[in-house]
Amino acid sequence: MTQMTARLGFFVLLMPLLLWLALLIIIPHIDMFLLSLRERVGVGEYETSFANYLILFTEPLYIWTFVRTAVMSVLATAITLIIAFPVSIYIAKIAQGRLQQILFMLCLIPFYVSELVRTFGWMILLRETGIVSNFVQWVGIVDRPVEFLYNDAAIMVGLVYTSMLFMVVPLVTTLESLDNSVIEAGYDLGGSTLSVMREIIIPHAAPGIMSGCIVVFMLSLGNYLTPIMLGGKDSLWFTEMIYNQFIVRFNWELGAAFGFMLLVLSSAIVWAMLRLTGQTLAKTME
Amino acid sequence: MTPDLEAVGLSKTFADFQAVKNVSFTVPAGSFFSILGPSGCGKTTIMRMIAGFLEPSSGDIRIKGESVLGVAPNKRPVNMVFQHLALFPMMNIADNIGYGLRRQKRPKAEIARKVDEVLERIGLPGIGQRKVDELSGGQKQRVAIARCMVLEPDVLLLDEPLGALDLKLREHMKLELKALQEAFETTFIYITHDQSEALVMSDQIAVMNQGRFEQVGTGKDLYYRPQTSFVAGFIGDSNCWEGKVESVDATSTLVRLDNGSAIHGVFDDRTSHVGDSVDIFVRPESIGISRNASDFLDCENRLSGQVHDVIFNGAASRVMLRDSQGGTMIEVALPQSGGSTDLLKGESVHIGWRAAQSTCFVKGAV
Ligand SMILES: Nc1ncnc2c1ncn2[C@@H]1O[C@H](COP(=O)(O)OP(=O)(O)O)[C@@H](O)[C@H]1O
Ligand SMILES: [Mg+2]
Repeated sequence: MTQMTARLGFFVLLMPLLLWLALLIIIPHIDMFLLSLRERVGVGEYETSFANYLILFTEPLYIWTFVRTAVMSVLATAITLIIAFPVSIYIAKIAQGRLQQILFMLCLIPFYVSELVRTFGWMILLRETGIVSNFVQWVGIVDRPVEFLYNDAAIMVGLVYTSMLFMVVPLVTTLESLDNSVIEAGYDLGGSTLSVMREIIIPHAAPGIMSGCIVVFMLSLGNYLTPIMLGGKDSLWFTEMIYNQFIVRFNWELGAAFGFMLLVLSSAIVWAMLRLTGQTLAKTME
Repeated sequence: MTPDLEAVGLSKTFADFQAVKNVSFTVPAGSFFSILGPSGCGKTTIMRMIAGFLEPSSGDIRIKGESVLGVAPNKRPVNMVFQHLALFPMMNIADNIGYGLRRQKRPKAEIARKVDEVLERIGLPGIGQRKVDELSGGQKQRVAIARCMVLEPDVLLLDEPLGALDLKLREHMKLELKALQEAFETTFIYITHDQSEALVMSDQIAVMNQGRFEQVGTGKDLYYRPQTSFVAGFIGDSNCWEGKVESVDATSTLVRLDNGSAIHGVFDDRTSHVGDSVDIFVRPESIGISRNASDFLDCENRLSGQVHDVIFNGAASRVMLRDSQGGTMIEVALPQSGGSTDLLKGESVHIGWRAAQSTCFVKGAV
């Protein structure tokens, strides 16, 4: 009897999670996959084929956008990691007490405003009549207004900025779990900063680095607002392609194929990252 | 011969708190030197200054006669076994031990040979490929020491390395550590708050209190000839009473306790004056206990009282006695043989001890 209620309770508690998985992830993806396999042969007439996928791989613009989005996302992840790592070491190991909390809060504060407003902040800074442009004129580096927006560098700045917190949090968490005396032992036994970093700190932080990278990569890949706002209409971001197919062209079949390819791409790259570093997904989620 | 380690007037101040106050000591080559003191007295701070993780506020540290001030920790010829060992969890045992040798850019074959050798010496051959968390507490302990010893440091620092072990293993490791020190012939500086660890292993012990060294000497010196009230109270068990000096003669001093009892005692090479406030210490094992008052005719201190309690603790069993005159509680060692092993609660007994066995210290004197 008690076992029965226990099991019932278990399922009741599990229900929201199962529903959430089913309704929001599994069913839409199955539906999208089926949709992507439909080829429109006439008005209201469809056939099952891989034609939509073929379009993606034969149309240079699409394939170029696809590759470009992946490369830019990997790059954004790498830059975020390079900036976030020293910051995290400072927060976790060097800053003490209040300073530690304040620094952590500083990373969090940008997330108090919506992504739209946050990105708009960058536009104010970077546009032709913006603060950065005025500043370089005032210093005298240039004599005309300069447009800093609508290029890849601007997209990159935006992506890194948006992702920072998602890299810093797992890094600080894993670094804090590293005993200071282990680092000191590294120096005591003759290690230089470089070798302590390479042999002790980075191996210890590896799960945190991985989970940070996975989250940041996924967020960048799936980001829509930042590339559009900072990169302009021709930012060539893959999510924009999907949006166009679904909303502008009403070509749901092609849009679904694009969406599905994005899923495959992100899964493949995360898998490759894990394989490359010998980590497992379970370890990174600890 | 130049001593392996010399500290001269070492002090350390954190913000507004002086953790180490003008400490000087010399450690001869190949000896086992302990710093013994209660938690928070500044032991780790001294250790960290020697290892190079803290810069002294003043004073000098010399290793083999050369000052190491300003030398980075990774360039000092000392190694440290940390309080929680700090083995590298991301490496196996062989890589842990080989870490320092790899930093010295030794050839691979030499590193492997030395690692095997040192594992042999600590009695754990063939565990090189194991992971850190597969070892027991005592094994980790030995690996932590091996990781330092393989570098052949001039001085090995050990910061309460037995603190994390259970009692039984701690007893065993005490002897083992001493044997390892003798086998490696290296100078050990060992800090602990456990007096038995210090007494068992050390050639020399420094007793530390509130940032100062109270006394430096062999275990026997500290036990039988404490020079300060703190050392007398800290090393071994003692009855401690407070009183005032009533009279002084050539061989002993009469102290009147606050409750009226009079105790004959001696001062440790300090002259005392009538009226001085003093602490008086008597070890439980210095006090004789008997049912016959006549057993103590040659003792200057003779008291009688009632057995308040008998605390059985094997060889360290105690009788708690309430003095019938002043009501003071006195702790007396229970003899392991003779007529008084069967004392009962409430029984009246006599105790006595020589004046020379009650050491007095003037209060407030350092
Ligand atoms: N970095 C520091 N900043 C301020 N105070 C410290 C610091 N390190 C230690 N202390 C203080 O110095 C005193 C001695 O500490 P420590 O040497 O660790 O004692 P022990 O090892 O004898 O237990 C303690 O009161 C401690 O609070
Ligand atoms: Mg300590």
